[in-house]
Amino acid sequence: MTILQTLKGAELGKLLRNGLSLDENRNGILARASETGHYDGIKTLTLKEKDPIKYERIFSKVRAGLVNSREVAKKIAASPIVEQEGELCFTLYNVAGDCIATSTGIIIHVGTMGAAIKYMIQNNWEINPGINEGDMFTNNDCQTGNVHPCDIATIIPVFFEGYLCAWVGGVTHVIDTGAVGPGSMSNGQIQRFGDGLQITCRKTGVNDTPLRDWLHESQRNVRTVKYWILDEKTRIAGTSMIREMVQETIADEGVEAWDIFANEVIEDGRRGLTSRIKAMCIPGEVRTVAFVDVPYTHPDVAVPSPFAKLDSIMHAPCLITVKTDASWRLDFEGCSRWGWHTYNANPTAFTSGIWVMMTQSLVPTERINDGCRYATQFRLPKGTWTNPDDRRTAHADAWHFLVSSWSSLWRGISRTYFGRGYLEEVNSGNSNPCNWLQGGGINQDGDIHAVNSFETAACGTGACAMKDGLNNAAAIWNPEGDMGDIEIWELAEPLLYMGRTQKTNSGGYGKWRGGNGFETLRMVHASCDWTMFFMGNGYMNSDWGLMGGYPSATGYRFEAHNTGLIGEDGRIAKGLSIPLGEDLNPDDCEWEKHLGPDAVVKRDKQCITTEAIFDNGDLYLNYLRGGPGFGDPLDRLHSGAQSIEEDLNENYILPEYAKKIYGVVYTQDHEGVYTVDSAKTTAAQEQIKKDRIKRSVPVREWMKGERKNIVDNIASPQVKQMFASSFALSETFLNEFKTFWDLPADYNLLESSLGIPTFGSTKTMDISEMPDCKPVIMTEE
Amino acid sequence: MSTYTKKEVGQLVDGTLAWDTVHQMLSMPKDEDRYKLYMEIIQDKMTYKHKVIMALGPHLNLAVRDGDEEIHAFCDCGKDFGHYKENWKLNANIYVRDTAEKMDQVYPRLMSPDTSWQVYREYSCPDCGTMLDIEAPTPWYPVMHDVKPDLKVFFEWVGIKAPAKI
Repeated sequence: MTILQTLKGAELGKLLRNGLSLDENRNGILARASETGHYDGIKTLTLKEKDPIKYERIFSKVRAGLVNSREVAKKIAASPIVEQEGELCFTLYNVAGDCIATSTGIIIHVGTMGAAIKYMIQNNWEINPGINEGDMFTNNDCQTGNVHPCDIATIIPVFFEGYLCAWVGGVTHVIDTGAVGPGSMSNGQIQRFGDGLQITCRKTGVNDTPLRDWLHESQRNVRTVKYWILDEKTRIAGTSMIREMVQETIADEGVEAWDIFANEVIEDGRRGLTSRIKAMCIPGEVRTVAFVDVPYTHPDVAVPSPFAKLDSIMHAPCLITVKTDASWRLDFEGCSRWGWHTYNANPTAFTSGIWVMMTQSLVPTERINDGCRYATQFRLPKGTWTNPDDRRTAHADAWHFLVSSWSSLWRGISRTYFGRGYLEEVNSGNSNPCNWLQGGGINQDGDIHAVNSFETAACGTGACAMKDGLNNAAAIWNPEGDMGDIEIWELAEPLLYMGRTQKTNSGGYGKWRGGNGFETLRMVHASCDWTMFFMGNGYMNSDWGLMGGYPSATGYRFEAHNTGLIGEDGRIAKGLSIPLGEDLNPDDCEWEKHLGPDAVVKRDKQCITTEAIFDNGDLYLNYLRGGPGFGDPLDRLHSGAQSIEEDLNENYILPEYAKKIYGVVYTQDHEGVYTVDSAKTTAAQEQIKKDRIKRSVPVREWMKGERKNIVDNIASPQVKQMFASSFALSETFLNEFKTFWDLPADYNLLESSLGIPTFGSTKTMDISEMPDCKPVIMTEE
Repeated sequence: MSTYTKKEVGQLVDGTLAWDTVHQMLSMPKDEDRYKLYMEIIQDKMTYKHKVIMALGPHLNLAVRDGDEEIHAFCDCGKDFGHYKENWKLNANIYVRDTAEKMDQVYPRLMSPDTSWQVYREYSCPDCGTMLDIEAPTPWYPVMHDVKPDLKVFFEWVGIKAPAKI
């Protein structure tokens, strides 16, 4: 007997009516798609054209069933992440694992659960462990398509009259997966082996019953047991409801119609994307790039291995090609290498996540499905952070890199909307949706606990080309963005709110400004053995601003210990002033004036930390970022709606920066109301334009000096590491760099010359090298 | 298919269009004559004679140059930023915020990037001082060439005869 043996009695080709194995069936679809350019070779939408009412009826039943099941199921969850923020999603797949339709919610999982189904198909789950009616499979493996381990997926097959006719997947973002650091998107761990429980398409239920070994094992491997099991019940309830809905639909409409529909709807989705591209975009090439900081040399970042003690920068250049046939290609040639941190992504996370964005512009319909993927060519070079070539990589906060890179895609594609006049679709970019307040220990109820505040689901949005971004409104990864109720967070976390207000000056300036984020000041209360850490951008921005608009503000950290606030002699008991409300200008250090004399404050730009001990009475600032701006700030209206005057009166901007950026001249009455003097402001703005001309230099002149810095090797270690990493992975990027800067043909910059740890730069081992493992590959590498 | 008047598209450009109409623009299939109306609106605002064919920004357009019919990028003030296949930024002026003191003019110290990680490059018109674009890359990063339109295919898509020299 070997571990590869087929289960007794199991046989390929018994699940489908056509007698093919699941793998043979899927390979046929792929071959026909490759040969014709149409999903499954479907050139004519037979059902839709011959019986459009039936086609639409089936789709409506499916879509409504998915949305309804999600709304019902989420009431089962106790976790605020699911119940408040809507971090769950249900998706229906055809027998090949391609998405037919999805519910609202975190629709990145259009692709991730499909990747898990494809993995089961490709690796013959059909004969071991077998696929039967009533089975449940659980997956959260980041090497099998998942974004990060905290997204737990329950996947069930749907049978009709004894044959497989669909799959249903349900996913929830759980609060904790038992990683080294508490919280669902923790850092500190640097490899998969510290990233928490990972389950690879495991059969966790039979006959609609979760297996006892699974329940026992999974619960003791995570910190937040009651949330974990209620999330599981949420997924099981939702998938079961959808299975019943699909079976009823097939009974009503006929199995033949269903089989045609289940593939035709994906070709329909493919055509939907290309028609929108042709209607809205400009053909040709668009180049974008994004960065974000990984500051790991700071003493407040504790990692288990010395080779991870490295400052580095995520680099994500993208060449968007809008093609003649109105399909498009996204090529990420030149990206930096994966790293020893938890921000690595995988191709499915990357490609599937694009649709979260595109539903907000290119595909703003309920017909988001895998057809969009078939209209899109992705190229994610192997070895980069978008497609690691090592099976040790950690992924707990893949979003740190994903959201940062996607902001540039908004900017890029928005240039084509703007060029054609579709200004209402322009988005200057998404904010970097952080900070992620996380931590754990023993909470106010005496339970082992972990937290991940999802207040960040309501950051500022990017400016449009005809209106300001929204304040504290949304996050790119969750179309239902919501900051959650204070009362609910205080139940879930041993952290009292000392204030919650919009974050002044956090949105990028422009003719249309980016939306401001918000900030909450939390005081640890009634906990025992509590830790927290910070997770976000600080030294860098990941957004840029568009067409003359400024990037949003970067992040910073504020934490205070030994505050002297609580206890019999504390400031609260004595009725003295305490830190409340907003940290208006962080450079002024206002909150420190309301703390005891022995307080220890950390106020700096180190926005990634690992677990630090917080005692009751300690303070933590959760600052949620703003969005980037659009257009020259000097074009902003002086008064009225969406104007400089409104910015001042609504506390959207600090007066000092309204003067510096907008050149505003104002008066303020005895009640503090600002009135802009438009004539004087116009004059001041004319002077700003003259100053711009005076202080600037021709680009070609400036390039000479910058080239000299490159030749003389003058840059910080992290900048050099970023370029060396990209050069090592991409000769194309290196050559483009050399050409632009007119560098000698033999120019290069090697990581080995930088005097920094380079583990993983020369020898790696990919998941494909595991025995009996056929990874699902759906992108160019 | 939705249709909008030139006045409505003009109000969209000016940011004064009623939200109900904006919402309709967002939620309905795109109006095919938007490009044509948009170009007319931009052209009406220009003091130069070049024929505008594409917007690169609120104050930067591709236009067929009066006289030789070559397609160049023009600032609203008339400054010629070069042929459309070249990167207009190379003919702009630049101001780089590469020190903490320069960043202090934009954001509070704790809310601006650390310039050893990231700088701001402000591209402006050397003639009129309009801010045309801002990049926020690392030091050493090549100047981005943001858009290379395929004008031949574009004019096929919008169903309008293409300029002679594309």
